[in-house]
Amino acid sequence: MAEERKQEFNGPGGRRMAGRPRPKVENPGLLFRRIMSYVFKYYGVHMIVVLVCIVLSVFANVQGTMFTRTLIDNYITPMIGQPNPDFGPLLGAMARVACFYGVGIAAAFTQQVVMAHVNQGTLKRLREDLFDHMQSLPIKYFDTHSHGDIMSVYTNDIDTLRQMISQSMPQLFNSAITIVSILSMMLVLSVPLTILTLVMVALMLFVTMQVTKRSGSNFIAQQKNIGKLNGFIEETMTGQKVVKVFCHEEESIKTFDQLNEELYQSAYKANAFANIIGPVNAQMGNANYVVVALVGGLLALNSYAGFTVGALASFLTFNKGFSMPINQVSMQFNSIIMALAGAERVFKLLDEKPETDEGYVMLVNCEYDENGNIVETEKHTGQWAWKHYHKQSDHSTTYQKLEGDVTFNHVDFGYRDDKMVLHDIVIHAKPGEKVALVGSTGAGKTTITNLINRFYDIQDGKIRYDNININKIKKADLRRSLGIVLQDTHLFTGTVRDNIRYGKLDATEEEIVAAAKLANADGFIRRLPQGYDTMLKGDGANLSQGQRQLLAIARAAIADPPVLILDEATSSIDTRTEKIVQDGMDKLMKGRTTFVIAHRLSTIKNSDTILVLEQGRIVERGNHEQLLEQKGRYYQLYTGKSDALTA
Amino acid sequence: MLRTLFKYIGEFKTPAFLTPMCMIGEVICEMIIPVLMGRIVDVGIGGSDMNYIIRTGLVMLFVALMGLFFGIMGGVFGAKASAGFARNLRKAMHDNIQTFSFSSIDKFSSSSLVTRLTTDVTNIQNAFQMILRMAMRAPASMIIAMIMSFIISPKLASIYLAAVFLLAIVMFFIMRRATKYFQQVFKRYDDLNNSVQENVSSIRVVKAYVREEYEINKFHKAAENIYEMFIKAEMNIAGVSPIMMTVVYGCILLISWFGAHLIVVDELQTGQLMSLLTYCMNILMSLMMLSMVFIMITMSQASARRISEVIEEKSNLTNPENPIMEVPDGSIQFEDVDFSYRPGTGDPVLKDVNLDIKSGESIGIIGGTGSAKSSLVNLISRLYDVTQGKVIVGGYDVRDYDLDTLRNQVSVVLQKNVLFSGTILDNLRWGDKNATEEECIKACQMACADEFIQKMPEGYNTWIEQGGSNVSGGQRQRLCIARALLKKPKILILDDSTSAVDTATDAKIRKAFREEIPGTTKLIIAQRISSVKDCDRIIVMEDGRINGFGTHDELLADNDIYREVYESQVGGASADFDKKE
Repeated sequence: MAEERKQEFNGPGGRRMAGRPRPKVENPGLLFRRIMSYVFKYYGVHMIVVLVCIVLSVFANVQGTMFTRTLIDNYITPMIGQPNPDFGPLLGAMARVACFYGVGIAAAFTQQVVMAHVNQGTLKRLREDLFDHMQSLPIKYFDTHSHGDIMSVYTNDIDTLRQMISQSMPQLFNSAITIVSILSMMLVLSVPLTILTLVMVALMLFVTMQVTKRSGSNFIAQQKNIGKLNGFIEETMTGQKVVKVFCHEEESIKTFDQLNEELYQSAYKANAFANIIGPVNAQMGNANYVVVALVGGLLALNSYAGFTVGALASFLTFNKGFSMPINQVSMQFNSIIMALAGAERVFKLLDEKPETDEGYVMLVNCEYDENGNIVETEKHTGQWAWKHYHKQSDHSTTYQKLEGDVTFNHVDFGYRDDKMVLHDIVIHAKPGEKVALVGSTGAGKTTITNLINRFYDIQDGKIRYDNININKIKKADLRRSLGIVLQDTHLFTGTVRDNIRYGKLDATEEEIVAAAKLANADGFIRRLPQGYDTMLKGDGANLSQGQRQLLAIARAAIADPPVLILDEATSSIDTRTEKIVQDGMDKLMKGRTTFVIAHRLSTIKNSDTILVLEQGRIVERGNHEQLLEQKGRYYQLYTGKSDALTA
Repeated sequence: MLRTLFKYIGEFKTPAFLTPMCMIGEVICEMIIPVLMGRIVDVGIGGSDMNYIIRTGLVMLFVALMGLFFGIMGGVFGAKASAGFARNLRKAMHDNIQTFSFSSIDKFSSSSLVTRLTTDVTNIQNAFQMILRMAMRAPASMIIAMIMSFIISPKLASIYLAAVFLLAIVMFFIMRRATKYFQQVFKRYDDLNNSVQENVSSIRVVKAYVREEYEINKFHKAAENIYEMFIKAEMNIAGVSPIMMTVVYGCILLISWFGAHLIVVDELQTGQLMSLLTYCMNILMSLMMLSMVFIMITMSQASARRISEVIEEKSNLTNPENPIMEVPDGSIQFEDVDFSYRPGTGDPVLKDVNLDIKSGESIGIIGGTGSAKSSLVNLISRLYDVTQGKVIVGGYDVRDYDLDTLRNQVSVVLQKNVLFSGTILDNLRWGDKNATEEECIKACQMACADEFIQKMPEGYNTWIEQGGSNVSGGQRQRLCIARALLKKPKILILDDSTSAVDTATDAKIRKAFREEIPGTTKLIIAQRISSVKDCDRIIVMEDGRINGFGTHDELLADNDIYREVYESQVGGASADFDKKE
């Protein structure tokens, strides 16, 4: 499976394009509630403070709007024409309003500060939960999801959520409160005019929806075109050297131009429609004003139902203030839909089923008392034992020495239940034995090793470790007892020392150097500019393949596992370098049960057992000499007389 | 930085110019409307004049329509200009990438090129649209509002002027501090993404060593870092909106107070006071817009830089003035060649290389990882230029040839080989656009690819997935060889191109080369001695130098490295299992 794994990583940019809604979100209400419950779970009190602040600032704002009218009508107009006007009452009124303003400003500031904590805190928790949960997911998850997609959950999707929590959410609250308060004021002034206003607003929303829909479908087209262009670029950029070697630049440019043009067309339309929403809304708001002024004027002049001219003037002020929050809400639509689509993917990752572990047998450090009995200890003794706690029977605890005996008993396995890739695998690796797996790509070699450490669970048969069914061993303890060196050595950002220490976190300096020496890595490490403190970046890009391999071996060596799995650990190294690596590996393998997967037969010639795999079945087994005598598949390969095979 | 990119606006100059014009038109309408609104209230309703309401209402509707027109046109032009600008930028980048030399390709990783062509361009597109629509609109609206206020009352208007100055200064300092923090936030972001990516791609190592807890701790630390940085940055801008509010409210209070005095002495009318207050809001909103534009520009700086890096990357491999358009024969000479990927830094990769290869010879090249085998052959088709000395092909320095001519005559099968999505025939025709199906089949037969292609349900029309993921490694290599053969080159270079092909097929391919294209010079880099044993001569590379050059038997007799490699591989020990397709 490792060979088939998708490794593409299309950068943080893969899907991050501003301003485009994604297609369909399932059950937006539920998603929204889930985000809210996430926010309120940790920041309930904060959110209440924020809500209070929003109410206060809306209140202060409304006071501000009202103030100018009262100012002129009640204070200034009466003073006109007076010889000695008394500015005292005006000053008093202004002081009152200033207090309201002060409250509003304080509320706005508090809201900003508290909201920043709520927003960033929620995102931090969300990120941490995502990562924590991801660590518990089975390997299968990583096989079936492209790394680019996983990455974009952490980048793009969390980003859209940030937008939503920090901007859209407070904006929505704010608008909702403003709308409600203005609406109630309008209702008090005139019911018919309020209904008229609402009808106009509904019309406004309808038009907005129409334009949003146009813009939306074009944004989707734009997304699709970006995807196409992205795919094309990705392909040609990885093959750019081939393009050059074949002088294929012209053709490449031609295709690119065409895709580029399509993207331009859709981006143009999508943005044009999106840009139109603002002016359309604003002018419809103005039209709304005129219509209400006309109708209101008719009502007031005919003194219909006691409607006065003064009331109309106030009503118009509110009418103007009413379209603004509605405008803002409709502007937030796109970003909310995008955030919900992001949230959907975030929660999807959080809802993935974690690896199950019903194991109860544990691996413990042990020593022997004078009678030769195993005694559990906290100390690092270098000796290990399996600890059984017999839950079902008598609640007793027994210990069993860790030996490294691995058996496969008629194992069948498939990545999917309907397609088996391994059939009836029988292996018995005795403690200290070296078992080699050979066979062509896709024969199932790597798969077998992935079953021992339970990266995947088998469909049928039994795998036993020291005669314990591996399903009964705690996964962490099982894996701790197995060392793995993979073909693609993955190193981590950090120093060389950190990377070796990865195998045993509490390793001492001496242990690290000893492990490096065992792997024949000490020499080259010392020649590095900063020796063991040299920083490795980008998966150890500053080291050669062979050096990285040696570090991976040192990392396995320091973990000191009783069972070792070497999966094509030397296949990409040339034969001369391999000799050095091989030497390190041989030292490492000494006294350990080892499973070796190798490309080159020289690596495995001295194995105790060689298993030849073909299409998920073991077709030959034996040691080197026995297999040569059998004159079968192995013989043909080894002697190079492979004519029979190519047929 | 953004400015250097502006020349790529190209044919979209007209909409780019019209957008701000329309925005100014919209602003003017926007400025007239509050005046009309005030009139409706003051004159129409106040004077109970229904006719006036209707007349002014119609005027207002007309102005609103004008505003709508300008707004829509501004939006459309803005979208057109910015989307077009983005298109031109992508094209400029892509066109330039096509002229990249190998060393430029090495410099930019392919994933970074993809990000630059997509995300970065989109950032610029958004920033550009913002600038077009806001950068003129906001100052215009501010200036008009300012002029109107001055016309109404110079005394009161000077209050704004002071407020605007004050606010601009405060905002400038806050924004400058905040941008600094935000830049740090972005860097921390990269760290966090990096740690996730590392974790995801190394998940097997993490799980195998039971290091989930350790990784979680590492991640929590990175998340905590971002949290703290973000809080710092946000605390910085948390003051912006309260400060704005303070200034707005302060202005309202001041204007009301002084306005009241002016009204009392009959220097001002109440309606004028109302208008002044409206303009006050306008001015401050524009200021807010401007600060947003400012943020947008700073944020897009990084993207602009990354784009211009690609556009301005100059290929150091250029055609000579009077290029030679024909390669006479397939002979190759190296004269005192030194080569370094980055001249002037450290040891050269190739040192003192002298070679003389006759046309039609078959040459094997063998050597350890990092012994510069690939670097050696890459100089022949001028994928890189020598640092010193010269490489001569067909009697002329490679730098005197037309690049396309040279590369069409020197066919390289690269070590890291790629097939493209398309049918097998499409892929083969990369070698020769006009190749007939028969020619393609012939090349495939030579490369031993015909046998497996025939077995595929759709034969030569089989669709190849991106990167050739639906054919095995060995099949891919053979298709790549066939593709290179279709060029009918004078020199054919195979850079470790049969590593995944089994020994027997490998031998068959070499036999075909010997029999079918005897006149073509063949250079074969290989790990397996068996792949080069029967070449006319074999080059042994060691640490960038030529360690030995001779026939198999000669080298076996007097070259230690060759003998050592031979002995380690003898008896089929280097046979590998990856052969059955």
